[in-house]
Amino acid sequence: MKIAVCIKQVPGKFKIEIDPQSGALTKSGTDSMINPFDQNALEEALRLKEKHGGKVSAVSMGPAQAAESLREAIALGADEAILLSDPAFEGSDTWATAHVLSLGMKKLGPPDLIICGRQSLDGETGQVGPELAEMLGLPFVSSVSRIEEVGEGSMRMQRMAEEGHHVVEMQLPGAISVVKEINVPRLPSLRGLMQAKKAAITVWNGQELGADPARVGSQGSPLRTVRVTQPQRSAQREMLQGSPESQVDEVVEKLRQSRIL
Amino acid sequence: MQSQTPGEVWILAEQAGGRIEAAAHGLVFKGRKLAHDLGVRLTVLCFGQNVEGAEELLADGADRVCLVDDPDPEHRDGEIYARALVEMVRRHQPAILLTTAGLSTSAFFPRVAAALETGLSANCTALEIDPQTKVLRQTRPALGGNVLATMESPVRRPQMATVRPYAFKRGEPDPARRGEIVRVDLESQPAASRTRLLKVINDLDQKVKLEEADIVVCGGRGLGKAENFQVVAALAEALGAGLACSRPPVDDGWIPYSHQIGQTGRTVAPRLYIACGVSGAPQHLAGMQTSEVILAINSDPQAPIFEVASYGIVGDLFKVVPLLTAKLRGLRG
Ligand SMILES: Cc1cc2nc3c(=O)[nH]c(=O)nc-3n(C[C@H](O)[C@H](O)[C@H](O)COP(=O)(O)OP(=O)(O)OC[C@H]3O[C@@H](n4cnc5c(N)ncnc54)[C@H](O)[C@@H]3O)c2cc1C
Ligand SMILES: Nc1ncnc2c1ncn2[C@@H]1O[C@H](COP(=O)(O)O)[C@@H](O)[C@H]1O
Repeated sequence: MKIAVCIKQVPGKFKIEIDPQSGALTKSGTDSMINPFDQNALEEALRLKEKHGGKVSAVSMGPAQAAESLREAIALGADEAILLSDPAFEGSDTWATAHVLSLGMKKLGPPDLIICGRQSLDGETGQVGPELAEMLGLPFVSSVSRIEEVGEGSMRMQRMAEEGHHVVEMQLPGAISVVKEINVPRLPSLRGLMQAKKAAITVWNGQELGADPARVGSQGSPLRTVRVTQPQRSAQREMLQGSPESQVDEVVEKLRQSRIL
Repeated sequence: MQSQTPGEVWILAEQAGGRIEAAAHGLVFKGRKLAHDLGVRLTVLCFGQNVEGAEELLADGADRVCLVDDPDPEHRDGEIYARALVEMVRRHQPAILLTTAGLSTSAFFPRVAAALETGLSANCTALEIDPQTKVLRQTRPALGGNVLATMESPVRRPQMATVRPYAFKRGEPDPARRGEIVRVDLESQPAASRTRLLKVINDLDQKVKLEEADIVVCGGRGLGKAENFQVVAALAEALGAGLACSRPPVDDGWIPYSHQIGQTGRTVAPRLYIACGVSGAPQHLAGMQTSEVILAINSDPQAPIFEVASYGIVGDLFKVVPLLTAKLRGLRG
C-alpha cells in the first residue's frame, strides 16, 4: 500500500507581533514542530504499513526549515520525505497550498491513500485535505477516528459525526483526515534517529513541479489577508463579592432579572 | 431555479432528520443584512428529503428557499452534494456562498471551493460588505485564537466562507415576510458515489445536544479527578443543561472527547455558559466566547476566563457549585 502523509510544520508556541501601522503580522510563533494532528496521520500510516506492507511518504509544503519536521518523520519511520519548497509558494492560502500539494502528489506517483490531519494549529481550517482530494479527483472522509479494515480497493472506518460516529466505506485510492482519538503517536527509536540524520530529503521547487506562478503563493491565492488585529474582550466583567452563599444568591438573582434563568 | 439573478447571496443550511439545523437561523439573519447591503436577493439551499421549516427561513429573511430533494438522504453523500452545488453555482453565479462550519460541511464545502477555484475562509465570526468595493470582508480568529484576521477575495467568485455556529444571533422572525419555496430534484448519480455510510453510531452520552443547549455547564482541570465531575454534572442536571469540559479532562480520560469545547472540540454559544475550574486558554475560548452570558467560577482571581466572563465568582468550585446547584434545585423544584 502506497501511503502519502501531509505534514505541516507549525509553531509550537504562538508569539504574536503586529505592525501597528500596516496591520500586518510580523511574527507569529517559535519552536517549530510537526502539526499535532499530522503526528496522528503519520502514526496511522506507519501502523497501516506494518499491517499491510507498502511505503510511507511524508510530504510537506513549506520553507527550507520545514525539512527538520520531515527529518523527524523519517526518524519515526517514514520511508521517504519530500519537501515542496520555493520562495514563490510564500503566502499561499488553502487553495494554493492544496494546489502545490496536488502537484507534488502527481509527481510522486498517485498513492493509494493520502492521510492529512484534521486541521493545522496555525491555519486551523481543515480545508487543505478535502481541497487536495478534489484536485486529485479522490473521495475524501474527514475526522476519521478509527480505521476498521483495509480491503482490496476499499477501506472501512469510523468518522466523528454530530450523532457520535459514522461507519463509512470509501473506495481506494482515496484521502482522509484524522483526529487525535485515532491513536497515540510513537516516539522515535534510536535507530530511527540515526537514520534520519543521514537521510536525504527530496526537495522539489516550483519549476520541478511544473507550477504555474499565477496559481501559487500570494499571487495565486484567491484569499487575501487585509488586516490582523488582537481580539478585544468585551465582557461586562462583574466580579461578585462577599461569602460564597451571598455570591451565589446574587448571581442567581441577576440571572433571573436578565431572564437567563 | 429559473429566474435566478447573478450576484445573489446564497446560504447552505444543514438539516438533520428533516429539520433545519438551529444554527442556520442566525446565519440567515446575517445573510439578510449582506443581501440588503448589496441590493440582491437571499437564497437558502438545503439538501435532504421532505425537509421542514422552509417557511421559518423565509421569516428569518430568505427571499427564496430551495429544497434539493435527495432520494437517498440516509446516505448523505457529501461528494454528490458538492457536485450538485458546484453545478448550481456555475449556472446561477451567486456572489457569496456561506454555510455553518460543522462536521458534515467540513468535507464537502472545501471540495466545492476547490472545484470552483475560489477562496474559502473557515469559521468566520464576522462578515460585512465593504461599503466602497462591495467585497465581502471575512473575519476569523486565527493562530489559536490569538489574532483576528480579516480576509477578502478581491477577484474570484463566489466569495465562500464557513461561519462559526451561532456566531450570528437569530433576530426577531417576521412571519409576514413573503418569499418563494422551490423544490428541485437532486440529479443523483449513484454510480458516482465513492463513499458509503454503513452505520450511524449514537454514542454521545448526552441527554442534551450541546450545540442546541440553552445552558452549558463546563468542568475543567480544576475538578482534579474523574469522580469530581459529579459536582458539575449535578449542576447541569438541575439546570437541564448540556455537560461540557475543557481539554485536560478528556486527555486524562475523565470524560469522552465528545464533550470537549474549544478549538479542537465543539463550538457552542448558549444563553448561559458556566465555566467551573477552567482557566480560559485561547483554545478553550475559541469554542464558547460567543455565549450570551458567561459565569466563571475559579479560585484564581487572575485566571483569564474572568476577562471574558459576564459574572465572576472567585472561590473554590467545590464549595460554590454545590451551593449553586442547591439554590437552583430549590427554585425549579
Ligand atoms: C493545539 C491545541 C488545541 C487545544 N484545543 C483545546 C480545546 O479544544 N479545548 C480546550 O479546552 N483546550 C484546548 N487546548 C488546551 C488549552 O491550551 C488549555 O491547556 C486548556 O484549555 C486548559 O484547560 P483547563 O482550563 O481546564 O485547565 P487549567 O488551565 O489547568 O486550569 C484549571 C483552572 O482551575 C482552577 N482551579 C483549580 N482548582 C480549583 C478549585 N478547587 N475551584 C475553582 N477553581 C479551581 C485553576 O485556578 C485554573 O485556572 C488546546 C491546546 C493546544 C496546544
Ligand atoms: N503546507 C502544508 N504542507 C503539507 N500538508 C499541509 C500543509 N498545510 C496543511 N496541510 C495538511 O492539511 C491538514 C489541514 O490543514 P489546514 O487546512 O491548514 O487546517 C493538515 O493537518 C496537514 O495534513
